[in-house]
Amino acid sequence: MTKDDADRRLDGNAAGGLLAEVFRVEMTTVETACAGCGARAPVGELLRYGHEMGAILRCATCDTAVIRVARTRDRHWLDLRGARVLRLDGTPL
Amino acid sequence: MAVPLGTTGPDSAARVRWRLAEVAAVVDETPRVRSLFLTVPGWPGHRAGQHLDLRLTAEDGYRAQRSYSIASPPEDPRIALAVERIEDGEVSPYLAGEVRVGDKLELRGPIGGYFVWNAAAGGPLLLVAGGSGVAPLMAMLRHRAAARSDVPTTLLYSSRSFEEILFREELDRLAAADPSLRVVHALTRSQPEGWAGQRRRIDAEMLEEAAGLPLPEALAFVCGPTRLVENVAIDLLTLGYKAHRVKTERFGPSGS
Ligand SMILES: Cc1cc2nc3c(=O)[nH]c(=O)nc-3n(C[C@H](O)[C@H](O)[C@H](O)COP(=O)(O)OP(=O)(O)OC[C@H]3O[C@@H](n4cnc5c(N)ncnc54)[C@H](O)[C@@H]3O)c2cc1C
Ligand SMILES: [Zn+2]
Repeated sequence: MTKDDADRRLDGNAAGGLLAEVFRVEMTTVETACAGCGARAPVGELLRYGHEMGAILRCATCDTAVIRVARTRDRHWLDLRGARVLRLDGTPL
Repeated sequence: MAVPLGTTGPDSAARVRWRLAEVAAVVDETPRVRSLFLTVPGWPGHRAGQHLDLRLTAEDGYRAQRSYSIASPPEDPRIALAVERIEDGEVSPYLAGEVRVGDKLELRGPIGGYFVWNAAAGGPLLLVAGGSGVAPLMAMLRHRAAARSDVPTTLLYSSRSFEEILFREELDRLAAADPSLRVVHALTRSQPEGWAGQRRRIDAEMLEEAAGLPLPEALAFVCGPTRLVENVAIDLLTLGYKAHRVKTERFGPSGS
């Protein structure tokens, strides 16, 4: 990872708007378990790396991509391979 | 997984919908920061610390989207943003320079239930800000005052110079009226003559001096340029803050 990448990362909390396009509950407080290292963290605490079409949310402990969201004009692509589990007891939006 | 992907309930649709806000007032706060006061028809209300997404559409259809923290407390009907002008930025020079009263802006929110505080959440509270990162913390302080909360609170706030301190007079007033609130300023680039505050970047020693060692239930919110936020978060853990009681909101590169 370059220094610039490190400078540009944000909190998972900043992906709240993007995630609300897909999920029906408040996602930033939803707890995740990382498939790489097992670390548990609310989505808001993951590290958000933005890109042209969406975002990658990485584990702050081991850098595994826990959630990937990409958006094209009329659909979303959601890759949750890095999430062992999501605990969706968040408040409905 | 029990999430019906691709469906959006009526509630969710209402929440993430793009809305047309109207600029009700603009106030130049510092040489580089302008407050925008917005009226947002149908705004569902927000919690202190949340942000919104704002998007600009050019005539050719090109869109740029950015996030801005809400600086106004839930008690205010108008939404206030504090936008810092980044010289070579795409969006902020427009918002902090060109926007006029009566202009319409497209936004959605409120967003982010993670970086929020309300009076019932208690403390002691340590708020640490760099530059415009004070915006969501201001919403917390304004809410705290409106709720007449006496949760022991310290704001440690780093600015480049005296002129660049955002909301300085309001912070002075809040602290003067409230013995349970402390405001400590750090000026990193230049200090006026006789400056009694801090004169360097925020570090562990300064954090300890400002807030003391944390009580087990202490809650910290850190917001500003990504590098500042990460350094402060590490310092707080070293000082004994619990990881899940340190909440961060990175704004990205500071642009300088
Ligand atoms: C949750 C959240 C809340 C925020 N709240 C506020 C707020 O209340 N007030 C506020 O002023 N800002 C806030 N921001 C920052 C805001 O979203 C914008 O990033 C900021 O306004 C700059 O946008 P811009 O389009 O003007 O600049 P951009 O065009 O995005 O560029 C900004 C600067 O960043 C640097 N930069 C950009 N790309 C790179 C790169 N690839 N490598 C290295 N450096 C780069 C450059 O120096 C550039 O000048 C918030 C951000 C987040 C995530
Ligand atoms: Zn991990």
